[in-house]
Amino acid sequence: MAPGYYTPALMKPAPFDYHQARSVSEAVAHLGEYGYEAKVLAGGQSLVPAMNFRLARPAVLVDINPLDELDYLDEDGDTLRIGAMVRHVTFEQPVTKGPTGRLLAMAAHHVGHLPIRIRGTFGGSLAHADPAAEWCVIALLLDAELSTRSLSGGRDIPAAGFFQTVFTTALEPEELLVEARLPKLSQHTRVGFQQFSRRAGDFALTMAAVALESDDGRVGNARIALGGVSDRPLRAPEAEQALEGQVATEESFRAAAEIAALEIDAIGDIHGSADYRRDLVRALTRRALEQAIAA
Amino acid sequence: MIPWIGQPLPRFEDPPLLTGEGRFVADLTGDASFLRFVRSPVAHGRIVSIEAHEGITAFTGADLREVRPIRPLLHRPDFHPIEQPVLASGKVRFVGEAVAVVVAGTPEEAEDAAEQVFVDIEPEDRVISAPDALRPGAPAVHDHLEGNVVVDARFETERVDEVFAGAAAVVEFDLRSRRQNALPLEARGSVASYDPRSGRTTLTASVQSPHVVRTVLADLLGMPESDLRVVVPDVGGAFGQKFCLAPEDVVTAWVARRLRTTVSWVEDRRENLMSSFHSRDHHYRVRGAFDADARLLAVDADLLCNIGAYSCYPVTCGVEPLMALAEFPGPYDFGAYRVRSRGVTTNTCPMAPYRGVSRPVITLAMERLMDLAAVRFGIEPAEIRRRNLVSEFPYTSATGLVYDEGSYVESLDRAVEVIGLEDFRERQLSARSEGRYLGVGFSVFSERTGYGTSAFAARSMDVTPGYETVDLAMDPSGNVEARLGASPHGQGLETTLAQLIGDELGVAPARVRIVHGDTDRTPYGWGTFASRSLVIAGGAARLASGRLAAKLAGIAAAELEAAPEDIVIRAGRATVAGTDAGIEVAELARLAYHSSHRLAAGMDPGLTATATYDPDGTFSNACHAAMVEVDPETGGVRVDRFVVVEDAGRLINPMIVDGQLHGGVTQGIAGALYEEIRYDEEGNILTTSLMDFLPPTLAEVPTFEVHHLETISEATITGAKGLGEGGTIGAPAAVINAVADALRPFGVEITEMPATPSRLRRLVSESERIPA
Ligand SMILES: Cc1cc2nc3c(=O)[nH]c(=O)nc-3n(C[C@H](O)[C@H](O)[C@H](O)COP(=O)(O)OP(=O)(O)OC[C@H]3O[C@@H](n4cnc5c(N)ncnc54)[C@H](O)[C@@H]3O)c2cc1C
Repeated sequence: MAPGYYTPALMKPAPFDYHQARSVSEAVAHLGEYGYEAKVLAGGQSLVPAMNFRLARPAVLVDINPLDELDYLDEDGDTLRIGAMVRHVTFEQPVTKGPTGRLLAMAAHHVGHLPIRIRGTFGGSLAHADPAAEWCVIALLLDAELSTRSLSGGRDIPAAGFFQTVFTTALEPEELLVEARLPKLSQHTRVGFQQFSRRAGDFALTMAAVALESDDGRVGNARIALGGVSDRPLRAPEAEQALEGQVATEESFRAAAEIAALEIDAIGDIHGSADYRRDLVRALTRRALEQAIAA
Repeated sequence: MIPWIGQPLPRFEDPPLLTGEGRFVADLTGDASFLRFVRSPVAHGRIVSIEAHEGITAFTGADLREVRPIRPLLHRPDFHPIEQPVLASGKVRFVGEAVAVVVAGTPEEAEDAAEQVFVDIEPEDRVISAPDALRPGAPAVHDHLEGNVVVDARFETERVDEVFAGAAAVVEFDLRSRRQNALPLEARGSVASYDPRSGRTTLTASVQSPHVVRTVLADLLGMPESDLRVVVPDVGGAFGQKFCLAPEDVVTAWVARRLRTTVSWVEDRRENLMSSFHSRDHHYRVRGAFDADARLLAVDADLLCNIGAYSCYPVTCGVEPLMALAEFPGPYDFGAYRVRSRGVTTNTCPMAPYRGVSRPVITLAMERLMDLAAVRFGIEPAEIRRRNLVSEFPYTSATGLVYDEGSYVESLDRAVEVIGLEDFRERQLSARSEGRYLGVGFSVFSERTGYGTSAFAARSMDVTPGYETVDLAMDPSGNVEARLGASPHGQGLETTLAQLIGDELGVAPARVRIVHGDTDRTPYGWGTFASRSLVIAGGAARLASGRLAAKLAGIAAAELEAAPEDIVIRAGRATVAGTDAGIEVAELARLAYHSSHRLAAGMDPGLTATATYDPDGTFSNACHAAMVEVDPETGGVRVDRFVVVEDAGRLINPMIVDGQLHGGVTQGIAGALYEEIRYDEEGNILTTSLMDFLPPTLAEVPTFEVHHLETISEATITGAKGLGEGGTIGAPAAVINAVADALRPFGVEITEMPATPSRLRRLVSESERIPA
């Protein structure tokens, strides 16, 4: 399709203009020109349904699917660099040795259904910022750093400051998300990932991702990230703190899960109340910790 | 493969459907213009103005003033008719009601144009739930109907209070079934084409009863039926949602006539979830009286059905409450029964019968009653059922329904054996000690099927369905064409009828073509719904083919110089019994048309026969058994095993029977655990996508184990009973009972379906707060 070409007979969304970017700089130029009017089209697995419902009505689409330069995985010392256009399905097999690759693979299987995983992208998921998106939770768990490009240059944004509220991030309309950098977990870190959804492939009602070390039977470097419970992915710092130095037992895990359930700011929707979300946090956090230790 | 009856013949319908050759409404729009409906964003209000942006072709209720409103009618004093204009006029009564329609060149342009129609509605107080609609001072959904009760039916046998007073135990509970959408894969839609040459209009529509649609269109549009043709192409699921008249179809036909052109309406999923028919929003209060041996003596029930904003045509909104009233006793033998059953109008999407109609809910009520009583008496759920099931036939129920021969106790015993109940109870105990909660649930039910005019007349319907007619013709080449008023859409009737006819006429089913879904080509009939088509259209096909076979025998007898009663027609040949003398059926066919001078005196040329069948009805029965595991921490339920022991009389095609059960049980599991249409307090619908309205997928349903019993009754001439709805009727109770069984250690009561994870978790956590 030529840039700007639009066939009304094929479109359920409200009318829009379409630009296919041939390079990152071209994409960034379009975003700079159209600002709020424009939306980046990556895998389209969230944006296109929203447009078909006419909930999203961008006047201009900037299609970044041709950008092979954003489809890469690199290991840079202790950092895993993920190009924004890497598709979800890539992570189903570990992309790196050790716990980081294992954790990504555990989570990948829960992202929608296979056809969605084949199209949807890592960067699109982060930019979309669904509070129940697996990649957002993992990015927060691993303290990822996210890089953008725009006409005025680019920025690096820590995951902790990136996710603001439902479908809202620190990205400015003229910014393109180009890379996520995941600091790799140490080789002896243990990981767990648990989620509960109504049906296979649905967005989780709640998920818990954990990483911890326990070389001498005592927990160190515990991290807990939760998705689907609030307006954005959350860490559970008090629960993490409570685990530090504890013997890894059912009781200490149960206690930490209880703290996590109480410290978070849960919100409800038609699939479950805030109280129910807390109950899920309690159960899934404990199970993820047990899973990590059992592995 | 003779007889063909009983063979698991692959369905003739499948090859085109599986190779992309199916033709659905949306494939048949040709060069039609497209309609898009503008729908009310307000649950209840007065329309102040509707304005379309310049250059947009739009029609409103005012333009359609000449179209009569839909006015479904029962002739009974406890029924108060309400009317529905095909486009809202003056008032809107639910979110999603069509208030205007736009016409454009493509569906996309129509969708853009619909956004350029501005509707100003002054909101009024609204009422969303049935109990709220009954409160004194509740807003009236229809001005003339104070109290919002459209139907208020009562029935009472003698001695009810006396029996309750003397009972050893009274079990009492509330039950609620939430609102569903039948969710056909293909949503609704139609193409209407005006032919200026003949002046006729053809409506090609995704519906279940073409003749009824033609009649009502003619009535509402004020035109002769002969100027209308209704064609039903492939239908991608209907389940009742396409049985009742879609007001949008009337508008589509009207616009085609008005603009003297071809126009099309194809509903999208959001519209379907919001504005097509919903189903089964019931509230029950049930009491059962038992004697000291756990025998059920009496039932007292108060049934409330939310019928939505309007009544559905032709069955009316009485269909749910009245069926619930009449069939509530189900398969259980008790004499004293009191019931009040009301249909209440609210500012929500109208209801239509959905596969099973009210029986999934009344079955749940009776089966909960049995399980709750079993706990009270400390006996196995299977045992209390055995003591109470109907076992002598014919049996007359408390409401006067006559059950033909069935296998209620046998189906239960078989299910108990298949699942290995004793072993299961041991596994259940040891699982509990590991903190895992398994449960088993049974559901025994009767399924009234294949009922004709007499049964519908008992409901005092203004439009009384019932019979079916089959026109049969063997052409000169010996192939057979059967034309029906029934309108199969996925049930496999093209295959099963061909099997029935094939046996009777001695031809292979592949040589029998079934013609349906075209009012120009088929005799008047009622369509396909209520588990009736194989029984009734099949009965008519059997009778018509008997007549045609008699004629063939007569011709053969003359040719072979034998008595007609000695002729046997089998495998394409007519032979004289006990001899080798015979003649090909195809040769007889040729002769009947091309050498009619050789026919016996008085015999007409050609080979045609017509028959109508109109039975009183028959009862299928089944026992479903579900095994589940419940995770008390998340409220999640996994259905591990699902066993069906079904008795639908003679099986014409066992594979098709199994398919009906697989689909039906899946929809039953959907109702028990997953699907729920939700409104907020303002009447906004919250579940307008498949992210929020959740049909189970293959991952959520187990492999089904289906077992058959074949009790042959005299109630139908083929020996076959209907079973199209049974899967959906029985499954919810089996699943809910299993969930309740699993959670018994927590001492919780399940009073609502779907039993969603958050509801189950709430029950468990509330019970955990109670000190042991
Ligand atoms: C049925 C279904 C089930 C699903 N289940 C899950 C699930 O369980 N878990 C889950 O995580 N996801 C799920 N998804 C969503 C899926 O993972 C999407 O792929 C993902 O959310 C968005 O990625 P995308 O590449 O498809 O982005 P798009 O849909 O193309 O874009 C999404 C948003 O991000 C913006 N965007 C995309 N890329 C960039 C970029 N590089 N820079 C700036 N902005 C950008 C777009 O403008 C848009 O606003 C599901 C989707 C469907 C349809």
